[in-house]
Amino acid sequence: MPSIEASEATAPRVTLSSLDTLWFQVAGTVCNLACTHCFISCSPTNRTHEFLSLEAILPYLEEAATLGVKELYFTGGEPFLNPEMESILEQALQVGPVTVLTNGLLLDPERCRRLNQLADQGDYSLDFRVSLDGYAPETNDPIRGEGTFDRILQGVSNLVEAGLNPVITVTEVYEDNGSVSGKERFFGLLRDLGVAKPRLKMLPVFQIGAEAERSGAYDSWQRLRDRDTLDEGWGHLQCSSCRMVTDQGVWVCPILVNEPRGKMGQTLSDTLEPFPLEHPACWTCHVYGVSCKT
Amino acid sequence: MSAAENNKLTAHRGKATWGERLVPLERFREETAVAGRRLSEAARLVEQGNFLRRERGATPVEGPYSRVVVFGGVYNNHLALEAVLDAAHKHGAEAVYCLGDLGGFGPSPEKVWPLLLEGDVRTLQGNYEESLASGREDCNCGYTDPRDNHFATLSYRYTSEHCSSDFKRWMGGLPLQRRIRVGQRELLLVHGSPRQINEFLFHSTSPISFLEVLLDQESCDGLLCTHTGLQWHRRLPSGRDVVNVGVIGRPANDGQPGVWYAMLEDRDGDLGVELLRLEYDHTTLALEMQQQNLPQEFIDTIRHGWWTTCLEILPARERARSRY
Repeated sequence: MPSIEASEATAPRVTLSSLDTLWFQVAGTVCNLACTHCFISCSPTNRTHEFLSLEAILPYLEEAATLGVKELYFTGGEPFLNPEMESILEQALQVGPVTVLTNGLLLDPERCRRLNQLADQGDYSLDFRVSLDGYAPETNDPIRGEGTFDRILQGVSNLVEAGLNPVITVTEVYEDNGSVSGKERFFGLLRDLGVAKPRLKMLPVFQIGAEAERSGAYDSWQRLRDRDTLDEGWGHLQCSSCRMVTDQGVWVCPILVNEPRGKMGQTLSDTLEPFPLEHPACWTCHVYGVSCKT
Repeated sequence: MSAAENNKLTAHRGKATWGERLVPLERFREETAVAGRRLSEAARLVEQGNFLRRERGATPVEGPYSRVVVFGGVYNNHLALEAVLDAAHKHGAEAVYCLGDLGGFGPSPEKVWPLLLEGDVRTLQGNYEESLASGREDCNCGYTDPRDNHFATLSYRYTSEHCSSDFKRWMGGLPLQRRIRVGQRELLLVHGSPRQINEFLFHSTSPISFLEVLLDQESCDGLLCTHTGLQWHRRLPSGRDVVNVGVIGRPANDGQPGVWYAMLEDRDGDLGVELLRLEYDHTTLALEMQQQNLPQEFIDTIRHGWWTTCLEILPARERARSRY
């Protein structure tokens, strides 16, 4: 059951080649949903990580600019639970392009109009990713919660109505989700909703957090070993070009924030050293070629 | 709300999730407080310096020139290639550079080769040349949309089957970067970005601080790239320039059949950058594509100027301006 068995000595280490992507756990682990596949078990009462304030974020934005950051991502929990979220977006968009990962439930028409105004200002893209786990309530709602399918689609509609075109993010909780016909069904669903230019991203599930309860934790063989070191290096892994800021400091990636050993330092400059790929979730990223980026 | 959900919500009160376990919140916080490094201010500056430093490559600097024409993404479009070489001649350009991606999309790939040789076009290797020269099965775009993948594969296979092995070998010998001097300015020429042949540098996702760091690392006064298919120019606060020269192989997703290239010139020590629209005989190209049984979707793009496939790579801002 413990997630980390392999010692640092045997795990391959990945170098941060550049800080392309900076993540903010802007809502901590606090969410208005409690999805059964959430790899960090977010819920209304999960205070493992708390909200990030605008004041806490500003120094990180400045440091990230010095380090040549290319894009900024905001996640949680549910980012729009953070009361400062729109001011945070406004500041972040001064530094670079921004993507927000949301469950879509707090996207009322008025907020969507304001977000679209933000998206039209300035030089950089503002993008949204809305999570959906099935193309019908029967498949989505058991994962994301009763009645969420309709509410998510309402949020997507509100975004589209306001002139925004979110990427729909689907996890492969059902094998069929990622198949060609599965993808076609999601595209069809979005077109029926009036989304003229549907966008879709598939993600594998990480067998940690709530998902470990739902479908089982990793087996002990699901680890990266030194001998797995590739000739071409680990550039395909997101952690070779990203870091994650939470209210408790800077972590290697968005996946491992509920592992204290995933924390690398207090400022970004503390975290520029290599990281050992000792966690079984690292195995998922490697095997599935996961990029958390859009 | 289901009983299971209720349990989980209750379970979190005063607890933290540590992997798949629940532990008292204080225990997680204590563990986290001492995890990782906490460097001194001085040590942080040293770390930043080491992290940002890059060795400058040994690429020789060509020129100096007072005027050059630079384009990318030929995509088998031999008619646009002829037109851009004519334009370069009329501008009095002293040299012509192509930033790669010779194949894909258009008809009869072999036709562009003699034009490049006779026109003395100094060409870089793009990801398409890299794939073709190394015998890769597809262009490796990795689209999510099955439709995008379908069309990407079609055009790659067509190009691969219609390229001679001599042409492919020539592609494999092309350099990945060049440096040129225009007036006082030393410019780095790449396909995608200085660090990755297939990195997308779009206007809305290439922030100023990122570009400044990139140019510092490469110690150059300007960067020219292509690969995205969309042209743009950004003058940085440091006074340096980044130019995506666009592509001549297909329109810039703007509803016009014309394509884009760049002219750079010395203006009394300053760098003049012009992105120029190129009109060419797109009607004939569309007919040739029809004769080669290329997909109607590609032909529509050549005629009407809107991209119909492989739109997935576009950032939100660029996608919003797109028809499809």
